[in-house]
Amino acid sequence: MEALISLFVKSVFIENLALAFFLGMCTFLAVSKRIATAIGLGIAVMVVQTLTVPANHLIHAYLLKEGALSWIGLPDVDLSFLVYLASIGVIAAIVQILEMVLDRFFPALYNALGIFLPLITVNCAILGGSLFMIEREYNLAESVVYGIGSGFGWALAITAMAGIREKLKYSDVPAGLQGLGITFITAGLMSLGFMAFSGIQL
Amino acid sequence: MSDEIQAVEEEFDFEKVKPVLVEPLVDNNPIILQVLGICSALAVTSQLSTALIMSIALTSVVTASNTAIAVIRNHIPASIRIIVQMTIIASLVIVVDQILKAVAYDISKQLSVFVGLIITNCIVMGRAEAFAMQNPPLASFFDGLGNGLGYSLILIAVAVVRELFGSGSLLGVEILPLVKNGGWYEPNGLLLLPPSAFFIIGLLIWAVRTWKPKQVEAPDFRILPAHGEVA
Repeated sequence: MEALISLFVKSVFIENLALAFFLGMCTFLAVSKRIATAIGLGIAVMVVQTLTVPANHLIHAYLLKEGALSWIGLPDVDLSFLVYLASIGVIAAIVQILEMVLDRFFPALYNALGIFLPLITVNCAILGGSLFMIEREYNLAESVVYGIGSGFGWALAITAMAGIREKLKYSDVPAGLQGLGITFITAGLMSLGFMAFSGIQL
Repeated sequence: MSDEIQAVEEEFDFEKVKPVLVEPLVDNNPIILQVLGICSALAVTSQLSTALIMSIALTSVVTASNTAIAVIRNHIPASIRIIVQMTIIASLVIVVDQILKAVAYDISKQLSVFVGLIITNCIVMGRAEAFAMQNPPLASFFDGLGNGLGYSLILIAVAVVRELFGSGSLLGVEILPLVKNGGWYEPNGLLLLPPSAFFIIGLLIWAVRTWKPKQVEAPDFRILPAHGEVA
Protein backbone atom coordinates (compact mmCIF):
# COMPACT_ATOMS: atom_id res chain seq x y z
CA MET A 1 0.00 0.00 0.00
CA GLU A 2 2.76 2.38 0.98
CA ALA A 3 4.55 1.64 -2.27
CA LEU A 4 1.40 2.48 -4.23
CA ILE A 5 0.93 5.84 -2.49
CA SER A 6 4.56 6.64 -3.12
CA LEU A 7 4.11 5.70 -6.80
CA PHE A 8 1.07 7.99 -7.00
CA VAL A 9 2.94 10.98 -5.56
CA LYS A 10 5.89 10.24 -7.81
CA SER A 11 3.78 10.10 -10.96
CA VAL A 12 1.89 13.29 -10.09
CA PHE A 13 4.73 15.55 -9.02
CA ILE A 14 8.22 14.18 -9.54
CA GLU A 15 7.75 12.46 -12.88
CA ASN A 16 5.03 14.76 -14.17
CA LEU A 17 4.34 13.67 -17.75
CA ALA A 18 3.97 17.22 -19.04
CA LEU A 19 6.72 19.06 -17.21
CA ALA A 20 9.41 16.42 -16.70
CA PHE A 21 8.96 14.27 -19.83
CA PHE A 22 7.37 16.87 -22.12
CA LEU A 23 4.57 14.54 -23.15
CA GLY A 24 1.36 15.86 -24.65
CA MET A 25 3.02 19.19 -25.37
CA CYS A 26 1.10 19.95 -28.57
CA THR A 27 -2.24 19.98 -26.76
CA PHE A 28 -0.63 21.37 -23.60
CA LEU A 29 0.38 24.52 -25.47
CA ALA A 30 -2.60 24.73 -27.81
CA VAL A 31 -5.50 24.21 -25.39
CA SER A 32 -4.23 26.12 -22.35
CA LYS A 33 -5.59 29.57 -23.13
CA ARG A 34 -8.66 29.31 -20.87
CA ILE A 35 -9.00 27.60 -17.49
CA ALA A 36 -12.44 26.10 -18.23
CA THR A 37 -11.31 24.29 -21.40
CA ALA A 38 -8.06 23.26 -19.74
CA ILE A 39 -9.95 21.60 -16.87
CA GLY A 40 -12.21 19.81 -19.36
CA LEU A 41 -9.27 18.44 -21.31
CA GLY A 42 -7.44 17.57 -18.08
CA ILE A 43 -10.36 15.48 -16.82
CA ALA A 44 -10.71 13.76 -20.19
CA VAL A 45 -7.00 12.86 -20.20
CA MET A 46 -7.25 11.55 -16.65
CA VAL A 47 -10.23 9.31 -17.47
CA VAL A 48 -8.67 7.93 -20.65
CA GLN A 49 -5.31 7.40 -18.96
CA THR A 50 -6.93 5.52 -16.06
CA LEU A 51 -8.61 3.15 -18.54
CA THR A 52 -5.85 2.68 -21.11
CA VAL A 53 -2.82 2.01 -18.90
CA PRO A 54 -4.35 -1.04 -17.14
CA ALA A 55 -5.91 -2.24 -20.44
CA ASN A 56 -2.53 -2.07 -22.15
CA HIS A 57 -0.98 -3.80 -19.15
CA LEU A 58 -3.35 -6.76 -19.55
CA ILE A 59 -2.76 -6.98 -23.29
CA HIS A 60 0.98 -6.81 -22.83
CA ALA A 61 1.08 -9.33 -19.99
CA TYR A 62 -1.26 -11.93 -21.51
CA LEU A 63 -0.72 -11.56 -25.27
CA LEU A 64 2.45 -9.79 -26.29
CA LYS A 65 5.21 -10.33 -23.74
CA GLU A 66 7.83 -12.98 -24.35
CA GLY A 67 6.27 -16.26 -23.22
CA ALA A 68 2.93 -14.56 -22.48
CA LEU A 69 1.07 -16.92 -24.78
CA SER A 70 2.01 -20.01 -22.77
CA TRP A 71 -1.59 -20.15 -21.45
CA ILE A 72 -2.74 -21.35 -24.88
CA GLY A 73 0.28 -23.59 -25.29
CA LEU A 74 2.65 -21.32 -27.25
CA PRO A 75 5.45 -20.62 -24.78
CA ASP A 76 8.04 -19.68 -27.42
CA VAL A 77 6.13 -16.86 -29.09
CA ASP A 78 7.43 -13.32 -28.54
CA LEU A 79 5.15 -10.65 -29.96
CA SER A 80 6.68 -7.73 -28.09
CA PHE A 81 7.52 -5.93 -31.35
CA LEU A 82 3.77 -5.40 -31.78
CA VAL A 83 3.56 -3.29 -28.60
CA TYR A 84 3.33 0.06 -30.42
CA LEU A 85 0.65 -1.07 -32.83
CA ALA A 86 -1.36 -2.76 -30.07
CA SER A 87 -1.10 0.16 -27.65
CA ILE A 88 -2.21 2.77 -30.14
CA GLY A 89 -5.02 0.49 -31.31
CA VAL A 90 -6.24 -0.04 -27.74
CA ILE A 91 -6.11 3.71 -27.08
CA ALA A 92 -8.02 4.58 -30.25
CA ALA A 93 -10.63 1.91 -29.49
CA ILE A 94 -11.11 2.96 -25.85
CA VAL A 95 -11.47 6.61 -26.81
CA GLN A 96 -14.04 5.67 -29.42
CA ILE A 97 -16.00 3.47 -26.98
CA LEU A 98 -15.85 6.14 -24.28
CA GLU A 99 -17.20 8.68 -26.73
CA MET A 100 -20.13 6.43 -27.64
CA VAL A 101 -20.90 5.54 -23.99
CA LEU A 102 -20.82 9.19 -22.93
CA ASP A 103 -23.00 10.18 -25.86
CA ARG A 104 -25.59 7.51 -24.97
CA PHE A 105 -25.71 7.71 -21.17
CA PHE A 106 -24.21 11.03 -20.07
CA PRO A 107 -25.11 13.61 -22.73
CA ALA A 108 -24.21 16.57 -20.48
CA LEU A 109 -20.73 15.20 -19.90
CA TYR A 110 -20.44 14.36 -23.58
CA ASN A 111 -21.17 17.94 -24.52
CA ALA A 112 -18.50 19.16 -22.13
CA LEU A 113 -15.77 16.65 -23.00
CA GLY A 114 -16.81 15.53 -26.49
CA ILE A 115 -14.62 17.87 -28.49
CA PHE A 116 -11.51 16.86 -26.55
CA LEU A 117 -11.84 13.11 -26.94
CA PRO A 118 -10.62 12.84 -30.57
CA LEU A 119 -7.61 14.99 -29.64
CA ILE A 120 -6.65 12.50 -26.98
CA THR A 121 -5.96 9.60 -29.35
CA VAL A 122 -2.94 11.44 -30.70
CA ASN A 123 -1.86 12.85 -27.34
CA CYS A 124 1.63 11.58 -26.58
CA ALA A 125 0.91 11.63 -22.84
CA ILE A 126 -1.54 8.73 -23.24
CA LEU A 127 0.72 6.55 -25.40
CA GLY A 128 3.72 7.64 -23.31
CA GLY A 129 2.00 6.52 -20.11
CA SER A 130 1.36 3.05 -21.54
CA LEU A 131 4.91 2.73 -22.89
CA PHE A 132 6.45 3.84 -19.57
CA MET A 133 4.27 1.28 -17.79
CA ILE A 134 5.62 -1.47 -20.07
CA GLU A 135 9.22 -0.28 -19.84
CA ARG A 136 9.13 -0.11 -16.03
CA GLU A 137 7.33 -3.46 -15.75
CA TYR A 138 4.54 -2.32 -13.42
CA ASN A 139 2.07 -4.97 -12.20
CA LEU A 140 -1.71 -4.54 -12.54
CA ALA A 141 -2.24 -2.61 -9.27
CA GLU A 142 0.74 -0.37 -9.99
CA SER A 143 -0.45 0.33 -13.52
CA VAL A 144 -3.90 1.39 -12.26
CA VAL A 145 -2.27 3.77 -9.77
CA TYR A 146 0.21 5.00 -12.37
CA GLY A 147 -2.62 5.64 -14.84
CA ILE A 148 -4.60 7.73 -12.34
CA GLY A 149 -1.51 9.54 -11.05
CA SER A 150 0.04 10.44 -14.37
CA GLY A 151 -3.33 11.59 -15.74
CA PHE A 152 -3.93 13.72 -12.66
CA GLY A 153 -0.45 15.22 -12.88
CA TRP A 154 -1.02 16.17 -16.51
CA ALA A 155 -4.41 17.72 -15.66
CA LEU A 156 -2.81 19.68 -12.82
CA ALA A 157 -0.06 21.00 -15.09
CA ILE A 158 -2.39 22.14 -17.88
CA THR A 159 -4.80 23.81 -15.42
CA ALA A 160 -1.97 25.71 -13.75
CA MET A 161 -0.60 26.69 -17.15
CA ALA A 162 -4.02 28.02 -18.23
CA GLY A 163 -4.30 30.04 -15.02
CA ILE A 164 -0.94 31.67 -15.66
CA ARG A 165 -1.74 32.35 -19.31
CA GLU A 166 -5.05 34.03 -18.43
CA LYS A 167 -3.11 36.51 -16.31
CA LEU A 168 -0.31 36.75 -18.85
CA LYS A 169 -2.66 38.26 -21.44
CA TYR A 170 -2.50 41.56 -19.59
CA SER A 171 1.28 41.77 -19.34
CA ASP A 172 3.62 43.64 -21.64
CA VAL A 173 5.52 40.96 -23.55
CA PRO A 174 8.26 41.81 -26.12
CA ALA A 175 6.93 41.51 -29.68
CA GLY A 176 8.99 38.46 -30.71
CA LEU A 177 8.10 36.53 -27.56
CA GLN A 178 4.37 37.21 -27.90
CA GLY A 179 2.21 34.08 -27.80
CA LEU A 180 4.21 30.88 -28.23
CA GLY A 181 7.58 32.21 -27.05
CA ILE A 182 6.43 33.42 -23.65
CA THR A 183 4.38 30.25 -23.22
CA PHE A 184 7.56 28.19 -23.56
CA ILE A 185 9.40 30.34 -21.03
CA THR A 186 6.45 30.04 -18.62
CA ALA A 187 6.40 26.26 -19.03
CA GLY A 188 10.14 26.24 -18.30
CA LEU A 189 9.64 28.16 -15.07
CA MET A 190 6.80 25.82 -14.05
CA SER A 191 8.98 22.82 -14.81
CA LEU A 192 11.68 24.38 -12.61
CA GLY A 193 9.08 24.67 -9.84
CA PHE A 194 8.02 21.04 -10.21
CA MET A 195 11.65 19.96 -9.93
CA ALA A 196 11.58 21.12 -6.32
CA PHE A 197 9.54 17.98 -5.58
CA SER A 198 12.29 15.70 -6.82
CA GLY A 199 13.83 15.31 -3.36
CA ILE A 200 10.65 13.86 -1.86
CA GLN A 201 10.95 10.31 -0.58
CA LEU A 202 8.00 8.51 0.98
CA MET B 1 23.45 14.68 -74.61
CA SER B 2 21.21 12.44 -72.59
CA ASP B 3 22.94 13.69 -69.44
CA GLU B 4 21.97 17.21 -70.38
CA ILE B 5 18.33 16.32 -70.86
CA GLN B 6 18.31 14.53 -67.56
CA ALA B 7 19.90 17.53 -65.82
CA VAL B 8 17.32 19.89 -67.33
CA GLU B 9 14.54 17.59 -66.26
CA GLU B 10 15.87 17.34 -62.74
CA GLU B 11 16.29 21.09 -62.49
CA PHE B 12 12.76 21.65 -63.67
CA ASP B 13 11.49 19.14 -61.18
CA PHE B 14 13.54 20.59 -58.40
CA GLU B 15 12.28 24.14 -58.99
CA LYS B 16 8.77 22.83 -58.53
CA VAL B 17 9.47 20.97 -55.31
CA LYS B 18 11.94 23.47 -53.89
CA PRO B 19 9.39 25.55 -51.95
CA VAL B 20 7.87 22.36 -50.51
CA LEU B 21 11.32 21.29 -49.34
CA VAL B 22 12.72 24.64 -48.15
CA GLU B 23 9.71 26.35 -46.60
CA PRO B 24 9.47 24.10 -43.52
CA LEU B 25 13.09 24.90 -42.62
CA VAL B 26 12.57 28.46 -41.35
CA ASP B 27 9.53 30.15 -42.88
CA ASN B 28 7.07 27.50 -41.79
CA ASN B 29 9.04 25.43 -39.32
CA PRO B 30 6.94 22.62 -37.83
CA ILE B 31 8.25 23.13 -34.30
CA ILE B 32 8.55 26.85 -33.79
CA LEU B 33 5.69 28.02 -35.98
CA GLN B 34 3.16 25.23 -36.25
CA VAL B 35 3.83 24.04 -32.65
CA LEU B 36 3.93 20.41 -33.74
CA GLY B 37 6.00 17.56 -32.44
CA ILE B 38 7.46 19.34 -29.46
CA CYS B 39 7.24 16.45 -27.00
CA SER B 40 10.21 14.54 -28.27
CA ALA B 41 12.04 17.68 -29.35
CA LEU B 42 12.45 18.67 -25.73
CA ALA B 43 13.09 15.31 -24.17
CA VAL B 44 15.94 13.87 -26.23
CA THR B 45 18.08 17.00 -26.62
CA SER B 46 20.34 16.81 -23.57
CA GLN B 47 22.92 15.03 -25.77
CA LEU B 48 23.74 15.60 -29.40
CA SER B 49 23.99 11.88 -30.22
CA THR B 50 20.43 11.06 -29.13
CA ALA B 51 19.13 14.17 -30.91
CA LEU B 52 20.84 13.11 -34.14
CA ILE B 53 19.45 9.58 -34.01
CA MET B 54 15.99 10.91 -33.19
CA SER B 55 16.19 13.36 -36.12
CA ILE B 56 17.15 10.59 -38.53
CA ALA B 57 14.40 8.32 -37.18
CA LEU B 58 11.69 10.97 -37.44
CA THR B 59 12.79 12.23 -40.85
CA SER B 60 12.74 8.73 -42.31
CA VAL B 61 9.34 7.94 -40.78
CA VAL B 62 7.70 11.16 -41.95
CA THR B 63 9.19 10.86 -45.45
CA ALA B 64 8.18 7.22 -45.84
CA SER B 65 4.71 7.67 -44.34
CA ASN B 66 4.01 10.73 -46.51
CA THR B 67 5.04 8.82 -49.63
CA ALA B 68 3.10 5.68 -48.70
CA ILE B 69 -0.06 7.58 -47.83
CA ALA B 70 0.17 9.68 -51.00
CA VAL B 71 0.42 6.53 -53.11
CA ILE B 72 -2.82 5.07 -51.75
CA ARG B 73 -4.57 8.38 -51.01
CA ASN B 74 -7.31 7.78 -53.57
CA HIS B 75 -8.17 4.38 -52.13
CA ILE B 76 -8.56 5.43 -48.48
CA PRO B 77 -12.21 5.94 -47.44
CA ALA B 78 -12.53 9.30 -45.68
CA SER B 79 -14.25 7.88 -42.62
CA ILE B 80 -11.43 5.53 -41.62
CA ARG B 81 -8.49 7.57 -42.89
CA ILE B 82 -7.13 8.30 -39.40
CA ILE B 83 -6.92 4.59 -38.57
CA VAL B 84 -5.27 3.82 -41.91
CA GLN B 85 -2.71 6.59 -41.40
CA MET B 86 -2.10 5.47 -37.83
CA THR B 87 -1.48 1.87 -38.92
CA ILE B 88 0.97 2.89 -41.64
CA ILE B 89 2.84 5.19 -39.27
CA ALA B 90 2.90 2.66 -36.43
CA SER B 91 4.26 -0.06 -38.76
CA LEU B 92 7.02 2.26 -39.99
CA VAL B 93 7.91 3.16 -36.40
CA ILE B 94 8.13 -0.53 -35.51
CA VAL B 95 10.59 -1.01 -38.39
CA VAL B 96 12.69 1.97 -37.26
CA ASP B 97 12.63 0.76 -33.66
CA GLN B 98 13.72 -2.78 -34.61
CA ILE B 99 16.55 -1.38 -36.77
CA LEU B 100 17.72 0.87 -33.93
CA LYS B 101 17.66 -2.02 -31.46
CA ALA B 102 19.73 -4.11 -33.86
CA VAL B 103 22.26 -1.44 -34.90
CA ALA B 104 22.56 0.99 -31.99
CA TYR B 105 21.25 -0.76 -28.90
CA ASP B 106 22.72 1.67 -26.33
CA ILE B 107 21.18 4.72 -27.96
CA SER B 108 17.84 3.00 -28.40
CA LYS B 109 17.88 2.30 -24.64
CA GLN B 110 18.59 6.00 -23.96
CA LEU B 111 15.79 7.11 -26.26
CA SER B 112 13.52 4.70 -24.32
CA VAL B 113 9.88 5.38 -25.16
CA PHE B 114 10.51 8.35 -27.39
CA VAL B 115 11.04 6.30 -30.55
CA GLY B 116 7.62 4.76 -29.97
CA LEU B 117 6.18 8.19 -29.44
CA ILE B 118 6.99 9.12 -33.05
CA ILE B 119 3.60 7.44 -33.69
CA THR B 120 1.80 10.24 -31.89
CA ASN B 121 4.21 12.92 -33.04
CA CYS B 122 1.92 15.55 -34.47
CA ILE B 123 4.30 16.32 -37.36
CA VAL B 124 3.86 12.87 -38.87
CA MET B 125 0.07 12.78 -38.50
CA GLY B 126 -0.22 16.45 -39.40
CA ARG B 127 1.70 16.15 -42.68
CA ALA B 128 -0.15 12.95 -43.61
CA GLU B 129 -3.51 14.61 -43.04
CA ALA B 130 -2.68 18.08 -44.40
CA PHE B 131 -0.41 17.29 -47.34
CA ALA B 132 -0.11 13.65 -48.34
CA MET B 133 -3.88 13.11 -48.60
CA GLN B 134 -4.14 15.75 -51.36
CA ASN B 135 -0.82 15.56 -53.21
CA PRO B 136 1.03 13.12 -55.49
CA PRO B 137 3.76 10.88 -54.04
CA LEU B 138 6.82 12.83 -55.27
CA ALA B 139 5.67 16.15 -53.80
CA SER B 140 4.65 14.38 -50.59
CA PHE B 141 8.08 12.79 -50.39
CA PHE B 142 9.77 16.20 -50.48
CA ASP B 143 7.22 17.69 -48.10
CA GLY B 144 7.97 14.92 -45.61
CA LEU B 145 11.71 15.38 -46.10
CA GLY B 146 11.44 19.16 -45.66
CA ASN B 147 9.40 18.91 -42.48
CA GLY B 148 11.68 16.22 -41.12
CA LEU B 149 14.69 18.43 -41.78
CA GLY B 150 12.96 21.46 -40.22
CA TYR B 151 12.36 19.38 -37.10
CA SER B 152 15.95 18.11 -37.14
CA LEU B 153 17.32 21.64 -37.47
CA ILE B 154 15.68 22.78 -34.22
CA LEU B 155 16.47 19.53 -32.43
CA ILE B 156 20.16 19.71 -33.33
CA ALA B 157 20.40 23.43 -32.50
CA VAL B 158 18.93 22.84 -29.03
CA ALA B 159 21.08 19.76 -28.46
CA VAL B 160 24.30 21.58 -29.44
CA VAL B 161 23.60 24.34 -26.91
CA ARG B 162 22.62 21.91 -24.16
CA GLU B 163 25.50 19.46 -24.57
CA LEU B 164 28.18 22.08 -25.27
CA PHE B 165 27.39 24.31 -22.30
CA GLY B 166 25.87 21.63 -20.06
CA SER B 167 28.69 19.13 -20.18
CA GLY B 168 31.38 20.89 -22.22
CA SER B 169 31.40 18.31 -25.01
CA LEU B 170 29.87 17.49 -28.36
CA LEU B 171 29.04 13.88 -29.28
CA GLY B 172 30.96 12.93 -26.15
CA VAL B 173 34.19 14.64 -27.32
CA GLU B 174 35.39 17.32 -24.91
CA ILE B 175 35.35 20.78 -26.54
CA LEU B 176 35.45 23.06 -23.54
CA PRO B 177 38.00 21.65 -21.04
CA LEU B 178 36.19 21.11 -17.73
CA VAL B 179 37.48 22.39 -14.40
CA LYS B 180 37.37 18.88 -12.93
CA ASN B 181 39.70 17.70 -15.72
CA GLY B 182 42.11 20.59 -15.15
CA GLY B 183 40.56 22.97 -17.70
CA TRP B 184 38.76 26.30 -17.22
CA TYR B 185 35.10 25.60 -18.01
CA GLU B 186 32.63 25.09 -15.17
CA PRO B 187 29.63 23.29 -16.77
CA ASN B 188 26.16 24.73 -16.29
CA GLY B 189 24.19 21.85 -14.80
CA LEU B 190 20.83 23.53 -15.40
CA LEU B 191 21.20 22.93 -19.13
CA LEU B 192 21.05 19.17 -18.58
CA LEU B 193 17.74 19.44 -16.68
CA PRO B 194 14.33 19.47 -18.41
CA PRO B 195 13.43 23.19 -17.85
CA SER B 196 16.35 24.44 -19.94
CA ALA B 197 14.87 22.88 -23.08
CA PHE B 198 11.79 25.08 -22.69
CA PHE B 199 13.92 28.18 -22.22
CA ILE B 200 16.13 27.46 -25.22
CA ILE B 201 13.17 26.86 -27.56
CA GLY B 202 11.47 29.99 -26.20
CA LEU B 203 14.57 32.07 -26.88
CA LEU B 204 14.99 30.42 -30.29
CA ILE B 205 11.43 31.44 -31.19
CA TRP B 206 12.25 34.98 -30.06
CA ALA B 207 15.38 35.06 -32.24
CA VAL B 208 13.61 33.70 -35.35
CA ARG B 209 10.70 36.10 -34.95
CA THR B 210 13.01 39.07 -34.53
CA TRP B 211 14.67 37.99 -37.77
CA LYS B 212 11.32 37.38 -39.53
CA PRO B 213 8.84 39.86 -37.98
CA LYS B 214 6.03 38.45 -40.14
CA GLN B 215 5.78 35.48 -37.75
CA VAL B 216 5.06 37.62 -34.67
CA GLU B 217 1.66 36.87 -33.13
CA ALA B 218 -0.71 39.76 -32.47
CA PRO B 219 -1.18 40.42 -28.74
CA ASP B 220 -4.65 39.78 -27.26
CA PHE B 221 -4.62 43.15 -25.54
CA ARG B 222 -2.68 46.33 -26.08
CA ILE B 223 -1.16 47.88 -22.97
CA LEU B 224 -2.09 51.57 -22.97
CA PRO B 225 0.05 54.12 -21.14
CA ALA B 226 -1.29 55.15 -17.73
CA HIS B 227 -2.68 58.64 -17.09
CA GLY B 228 -0.04 61.33 -16.98
CA GLU B 229 2.62 59.03 -18.45
CA VAL B 230 4.29 60.23 -21.63
CA ALA B 231 3.41 57.79 -24.38
